[in-house]
Amino acid sequence: MKPSPFDYHAPADLDEALDVLARVGPDGGKVLAGGQSLIPLLNMRLAAPAHLVDINRLTELATVEAGPGGVRVGALARHATVERSTPAAAVQPLLGQALRLVAHPVIRNRGTVVGSLVHADPSAELPAVLALLGGSVRLAHRGGEREVAAAEFFTGPMESAAAPGELAVSAFFPARPPRSGTAFCEVARRHGDYAMAGVAAAVTLDEDFRIAAARVACVSVGPIPVVVDVADACGGRPEASADWAAAAAAVRDRIEPEADIHATADYRRHLTGVLAVRALRGAAVEAAGEEGT
Amino acid sequence: MTTKLFGEPVQRREDARLITGRGRYLDDLGAGAPAAAFVRSPHAHARILDIDVSAALDVDGLVAIYTWEDLPGALAEPLPLLIPHPALTHGRTACPLAREIVRHVGEPVVMVVARDRYLAEDACSLIRVDYEILTPVVGVEEAARAVHLVHGDVPGNVGAHLVQEVPSADGRSAREAVETAPHTLAFRLDVERSASMPLEGRGVYARWDDDDRSLRVYSSTQSSTSVRMAIAAKLGLPLPKVEVIAPDVGGGFGVKIVHPWPEEVLIPWAARLLGGEVKWTEDRREHFVSSAHERGQVQYVRVGFDDDGRVLGLDVNILHDHGAYTPYGIIVPIITSTQLLGPYKIGAYRVEFSSIYTNTVQVTPYRGAGRPQGVFCMERTMDKIAAHLGLDRTEVRAANFIQSDEFPYDQGLIFQDGRPLIYDSGNYPEALRMLKELIGWDSFPELKAAAAAEGRTIGIGLGCYVEGTGVGPYEGGHVQITSDGRVHVSTGLTSQGQGHETVFAQIAATELGVPIEKVSVVTGDTRRFGYAVGTFASRAAVMSGNAIALACRKVREKALRIAADALEADPRDLEITDGVVHVAGAPSASIPLATVAVLSNPLRYAFDEEAQRATQFSGASSMDRPPIEEGQEPGLEGKDYYSPIRSTFACGMHAAIVRTDPLTAEIEILRYAVVHDCGRLINPMIVEGQIHGGVAQGVGGALYEKMAYDEHGQLLNASFMDFLMPYATEVPRIETAHLETPSPLNPLGIKGAGEAGVIPVSAVIASAIEDAEGIPIDRMPISPSDLHTLRLTR
Ligand SMILES: Cc1cc2nc3c(=O)[nH]c(=O)nc-3n(C[C@H](O)[C@H](O)[C@H](O)COP(=O)(O)OP(=O)(O)OC[C@H]3O[C@@H](n4cnc5c(N)ncnc54)[C@H](O)[C@@H]3O)c2cc1C
Repeated sequence: MKPSPFDYHAPADLDEALDVLARVGPDGGKVLAGGQSLIPLLNMRLAAPAHLVDINRLTELATVEAGPGGVRVGALARHATVERSTPAAAVQPLLGQALRLVAHPVIRNRGTVVGSLVHADPSAELPAVLALLGGSVRLAHRGGEREVAAAEFFTGPMESAAAPGELAVSAFFPARPPRSGTAFCEVARRHGDYAMAGVAAAVTLDEDFRIAAARVACVSVGPIPVVVDVADACGGRPEASADWAAAAAAVRDRIEPEADIHATADYRRHLTGVLAVRALRGAAVEAAGEEGT
Repeated sequence: MTTKLFGEPVQRREDARLITGRGRYLDDLGAGAPAAAFVRSPHAHARILDIDVSAALDVDGLVAIYTWEDLPGALAEPLPLLIPHPALTHGRTACPLAREIVRHVGEPVVMVVARDRYLAEDACSLIRVDYEILTPVVGVEEAARAVHLVHGDVPGNVGAHLVQEVPSADGRSAREAVETAPHTLAFRLDVERSASMPLEGRGVYARWDDDDRSLRVYSSTQSSTSVRMAIAAKLGLPLPKVEVIAPDVGGGFGVKIVHPWPEEVLIPWAARLLGGEVKWTEDRREHFVSSAHERGQVQYVRVGFDDDGRVLGLDVNILHDHGAYTPYGIIVPIITSTQLLGPYKIGAYRVEFSSIYTNTVQVTPYRGAGRPQGVFCMERTMDKIAAHLGLDRTEVRAANFIQSDEFPYDQGLIFQDGRPLIYDSGNYPEALRMLKELIGWDSFPELKAAAAAEGRTIGIGLGCYVEGTGVGPYEGGHVQITSDGRVHVSTGLTSQGQGHETVFAQIAATELGVPIEKVSVVTGDTRRFGYAVGTFASRAAVMSGNAIALACRKVREKALRIAADALEADPRDLEITDGVVHVAGAPSASIPLATVAVLSNPLRYAFDEEAQRATQFSGASSMDRPPIEEGQEPGLEGKDYYSPIRSTFACGMHAAIVRTDPLTAEIEILRYAVVHDCGRLINPMIVEGQIHGGVAQGVGGALYEKMAYDEHGQLLNASFMDFLMPYATEVPRIETAHLETPSPLNPLGIKGAGEAGVIPVSAVIASAIEDAEGIPIDRMPISPSDLHTLRLTR
């Protein structure tokens, strides 16, 4: 469990990083952020990049900016920093709700939100959050940058739109609209493990407290986060009388779980439905409470 | 009182060092030594056609590459079969490096030595091995069908087959008793594999001293003395030229009692050949596929019982998955089949096991060593009897208990030490009474009803066991008091974090009447003590604890004799308090042990001022007798051994309350209670720590851990990402109560406690889930997904 040989680059700022990446990216250069996913892959020789570009000196990217439109998280913002950011929580509470479920505190101290998005693990929480909220990732390369919407960003299991030589500099999570709430429910084998199934939900109520919009994003049940719009299934009714069973059925229909050593496909499907109801209810209750305050 | 320490919750003396990073584990030694890495088989069953190392030869820093063909003499032969048994008719062990055929993924094929581990692994990745794939045999029932063979010369894949049978008092066989009983049940039970999984894997660091023509080996082992003999034998070295030291060892749990591991002979051999030092530190992936697993068994049970639930006949047939090799013999299934009986008197018993080869990692003892499977079998049986008769589960157990006045109780079987299975002492009815009180057994139905009213599902379960501990043949202790008043204790067996440094010091301090701060303890260092068996089977406290106590008594007797001379008193009137020998009732007539130590060694040369007292013109010795009397030795030291007639039997009973989620099928342990009897307690805090650790591992085995082999013999979860050991967050708070039934077999009256915690946990959790769900639980571990599936098939 020792990595194969690689050249190590430690650029001092963004310009230098983009220069290095332009050079070594096409040659199999990889960005090293928190290292919580990449280092194990290297040590098990499941990945053997010829170059590592360590971005941990790019302190200008260690930012969490919360504005009325949403939260922009820089590439060097650690999970723990975002989790504890009060301004971010005020603008988009789902970030904190999800981050509490990501691994363990020591891993959250190193791992980055943007790194988690680029890593694009279909079992990870943050890709589901970005997909549910319709956020985006900003990719920079020498001489330019592009903003890629979540719907285009996740291209497959562990595959994202970030091209060789590109650096994801930030991610944008849109703000919670008025009269809306969010929740993240999951079941993992042990505390902090990747979930066997998990559902992020966002619900918006109309002025009469009826469900106007309701969407879920599911983890571990497809190659990328599976987003399902369940507003119709909920039947435009208030939380207490919404047809949650129909919403759960709609979700179960859309997902494509697979069996692994921890859970059967059938259990994952069942569980996702149960968690969808719990998350949707939680989000709807939060939305109603939000209106009340 | 500083010296009466036996029985006190003395804080572990080793912890400050270990938890502040000052431990010296294997990988902390030999910084800069050349490192070894191994090319291991990627196939479960294959023939090696060709090994091409040419591409690796260019790796900068490469030192050497070895295959089986390079191994000389005894090193090329299969590794020893450590514990032969007449029933093990087809025992097989591997060669240190694979010869022709590999039989499990992870078997070592090529050893590479390079400047460091990185380069060694680079070289490994460039070595090409051509294999002809053979059909892998996976799964014990599949293997028992013997469509394909693991070893071509082992028919039926059966390594061993053993039947033990105890007829009923009226001479009837178990099968007859089952058939004629008022009630009978038959069922199949299934226990998954797990593994010791110590935090620190295995590791060997060897240093050949060319000037001295000697070899020093550090190994993360549970038996340094036996590793030493194995190395001397395999390398053809004189025993005095080999020393083996177990440094701080980060857990063993059984896997490190197996020896010599291939690396334990290969690394010393390479060090000698290369004339220097070589180190190998096992990584986690290697540990999963190249060390050992345990547990895996399928059991077919038939039981006959009367209306009160008394077992009249029990007939158990066990298929034991032994993996590819049997270096540790058939100890695990022997323990399962004997310890299965637990605290019960069974009318007639028949147990049969077949030890079956599969193309998987070999099976050797892991904490509990076959007992968890046996207890699972017996306790599932008890619960099924209770369910069948509509009786309370505790009543059925009580109806079968051996009573306090029936000890010594002969179960009529032969135990793992080759000696009769005779329980020395115990008080099972009292343990059950304490357990019921601790968990609130009798009021649980109300609790369950109240929970149900709130839509919550809870269940209660229990499990009882008896554990043979302190198996022989022997351990020794050496105690020396030096002229500075310090007490040096050593014993040959090794430590892996149990707290030996503390409990052995407590014993010595108590026996000698010295402050514990004066006592230092060394374990597992063949330079200090050459004769030992090892640390396993909950034996260290019983074996070395008693040996050290006996050695201390010798030293004490000698100290009193010398002091009596000096004080002109009768030795019988002397006491030792705080390291000072004094006349009872006359504290002024005293002499420090340090001075006694000086006087114990008649000298010609005064190497320091204190030593002058013992020199030849000091007038210390009588002119009528030689300075050292016949039969005596210089120095204030003593050595003794403890060798028990047979094992001593501890017992415990656990209960748990679990909650199962009606929708997600998640399983949560709400309460976990333990009543534990290991005889006299040397240190209740350490015993509790042992129980906590054991229960934690038991929770792993009950709810999380399995070895997920696919049909090709690939281990799908060979990392901590997918092999789920419980975190602190998964381990419940453990409530304990102690019962102390002394053992009549040893001077200290103690029994072992090392494995206790883990033994009944799967049985207890299964019992509780079954109670919560009303679904028979016959297979462990159980995951939420498994429970969901069971619910669907209800
Ligand atoms: C024990 C454990 C448990 C975990 N449990 C969970 C969990 O429950 N849920 C969860 O979501 N995650 C979990 N993780 C993963 C953790 O969240 C990681 O932090 C995250 O996946 C990756 O972030 P990182 O900063 O560590 O990225 P790294 O490991 O440094 O990189 C990951 C990948 O992303 C690329 N990359 C990273 N940053 C950039 C960038 N700015 N631009 C371009 N490419 C980039 C790298 O090249 C690499 O391919 C766990 C990790 C561990 C070790």
